[in-house]
Amino acid sequence: MSGNRNTGYVRPLDLRDGRVEMSHGSGGRAMAQLVRELFLAAFDNDILRQMNDQAIFTLPPGRVVMTTDSYVVSPLFFPGGDIGCMSVHGTINDLAMSGARPAYLAASFVLEEGFALAELKRVVDSMARAALLAGVPVVTGDTKVVERGKGDGVFITTTGVGVVADGIDISGANARPGDSILLSGTIGDHGIAVMSKREDLGFRTAIESDTAALHELVAAMVAAVPGIHAMRDPTRGGLGTTLNEIAAQSGVGMMIEEASIPVAPQVEAACEFLGFDPLYVANEGKLVAICRQQDAGRLLAAMRAHPLGAAAAVIGEVRQDRNGFVQMKTRLGGQRIVDWLTGEQLPRIC
Amino acid sequence: MNYIDEYRDGTLAAGLAAAIARAAIPRRQYRFMEFCGGHTYAIARYGLTDLLPSSVRMIHGPGCPVCVLPIGRVDAVIRLALEHKVTLCTYGDALRVPGSGGMSLLRARARGADVRMIYSAADALTVARAEPQREVVFFALGFETTTPATAVVIREAHAAGIGNFSVLCNHVLTPPAMAAILESPVLPGAAPLALDGFVGPAHVSTVIGTVPYEFVALRHRKPVVIAGFEPLDLLQAVLMLIRQVNDGRAEVENEFVRAVGRNGNLKAQALMREVFEVRDRFEWRGLGEIPASALKIREPYRRLDAEVRYAMGYRPVPDNKACECGAILRGAKSPSECAIFGTLCTPENPIGACMVSSEGACAAHYSYGRFKDAVEVPG
Ligand code: SF4
Repeated sequence: MSGNRNTGYVRPLDLRDGRVEMSHGSGGRAMAQLVRELFLAAFDNDILRQMNDQAIFTLPPGRVVMTTDSYVVSPLFFPGGDIGCMSVHGTINDLAMSGARPAYLAASFVLEEGFALAELKRVVDSMARAALLAGVPVVTGDTKVVERGKGDGVFITTTGVGVVADGIDISGANARPGDSILLSGTIGDHGIAVMSKREDLGFRTAIESDTAALHELVAAMVAAVPGIHAMRDPTRGGLGTTLNEIAAQSGVGMMIEEASIPVAPQVEAACEFLGFDPLYVANEGKLVAICRQQDAGRLLAAMRAHPLGAAAAVIGEVRQDRNGFVQMKTRLGGQRIVDWLTGEQLPRIC
Repeated sequence: MNYIDEYRDGTLAAGLAAAIARAAIPRRQYRFMEFCGGHTYAIARYGLTDLLPSSVRMIHGPGCPVCVLPIGRVDAVIRLALEHKVTLCTYGDALRVPGSGGMSLLRARARGADVRMIYSAADALTVARAEPQREVVFFALGFETTTPATAVVIREAHAAGIGNFSVLCNHVLTPPAMAAILESPVLPGAAPLALDGFVGPAHVSTVIGTVPYEFVALRHRKPVVIAGFEPLDLLQAVLMLIRQVNDGRAEVENEFVRAVGRNGNLKAQALMREVFEVRDRFEWRGLGEIPASALKIREPYRRLDAEVRYAMGYRPVPDNKACECGAILRGAKSPSECAIFGTLCTPENPIGACMVSSEGACAAHYSYGRFKDAVEVPG
């Protein structure tokens, strides 16, 4: 959050009716004010307060993990969350999937000229709350403004660093034939919550996004089974895509059981209505873990003991397969491929 | 929506599968076509062929509205979006259909065309009302299921005198396509049509009823069982078809009684007749020209007909020569028998009609069933 300290009186930002203006990104006084009154006020912490262009910190011993992700979501606010908390959770989760403890975040905002400051404040406050609850502070950041029509309100990029303890080796390339595949809870909640908010959609649902920071759950899992082979959060592209990614990376196949995959009835119904397959609908607070079969019981118990893994289940096993197919035994007793998603999931006509 | 589960119960499915296995006469082959893409999708998604004995083969029919759209029509709608710069509203499925040179509405959008995905015909009219300065065209397509909704919108736009709205009508009719499949001439050297019966459409039949299929039973001596889209509906329908074949019967039976009556929805039919008339002929991708198989907008509503408003001519474009869709739709070949299946032609890059939507025969086999081809590869 770069900006220069300002002395004389400045009329405070109009956080009720004000709008983002080009000057808010120009590096001048208006930007300094936005940074101070909005971002600093929300994210307040020792490192940020130093007002440098960078954050300086030391990390606990171990290997350093780093990740970055950009968040673009329409609508910005959806049942159960918003782009703000999602941008904190998502990056924390990407760090945590390596078994790491997330330490710090950086946040970068691209604002669209004309975006209501009140909405920006809602987004930033939500980010700050998510970071505080997760115990992972935002220690540096940046803001740019683009002309009206060249953005979608706000785009957020968050970058995170964390530390993974020695002896932990969790990677998408480590799944081995015979391993068990575990899932932390119901799938499709986030995607359907967002879809239900798109104004052109003719359905209402009580489903809320599952957006959540998973690092505490991961810490409990790693404590129970340090030798977890692979872990990933099935976000965009859903569970189906994530399993295919791991299968391809590890050079294995998989066989999962449809009946063991938890799906909330409302998600099931909404998918039916839209012609979607819940296997390809996005999640923001779920993870897939792969471990040796003999560790699966312990891992499952650790997951279920945590509120974010209460509905965890073993959903299948890793197999040897030259073709790298992810297959599924359907509830009806048939068998089929769970393929990579082709493009974006689009509603069917019939 | 809790009713869903009772049609997807594994135990009931196993019971039906056992009944089918008992009913199927050993050494006899049963080849049934499920006309609708919705059925094709359900078979693939639930792996239903695994529940059928090897003597029962399901042949995927042409009932996928975007798959049957010929390249020439796709090209025309893309031109409309790119050159006439209209705001084009259509269903999600239609966005990916490839026209010439791999162009699609999605790709046209990336090149600056104003293409909007909508969920219902009424949404298109809403767009036209909200943006009176734009010329809005609703690219309407689908079988009898989606046609009444288009008719409603046309009538409403007409009554309200909305000047910036028109409809590009590509609605097609189910019974003539079934007739075309049954009557298709067998080309020299090609395998003859091998069909023992039809699983009849679910949603289409709620509109048109069961009467329009009676010619299949009477004239062509093939049984028809109308079935819902749920997996248990399909299994039940297959069992009913096998029994008809075994008994030497050819009747139109209705498994989907919870939604389909003999005469269908008379109000919807009247509405369709009021707004649309039957075209002399219409080209179907994979099947060629079929007489009286599609609808166009009637004279009193001409002002709302995009074909008239933009003086759109029709230029047919031939399908790729390697594509076996025609043979697949007649049950003469299966997708894996096409030389370019899974190599040149994939869901990411469809060459032929059957690969276009998840409801198409080749796409369904590629996305859900190709492991069955792969396990036979030695080594
Ligand atoms: S694989 Fe492609 S080219 Fe071959 S028949 Fe199917 S759709 Fe046509």
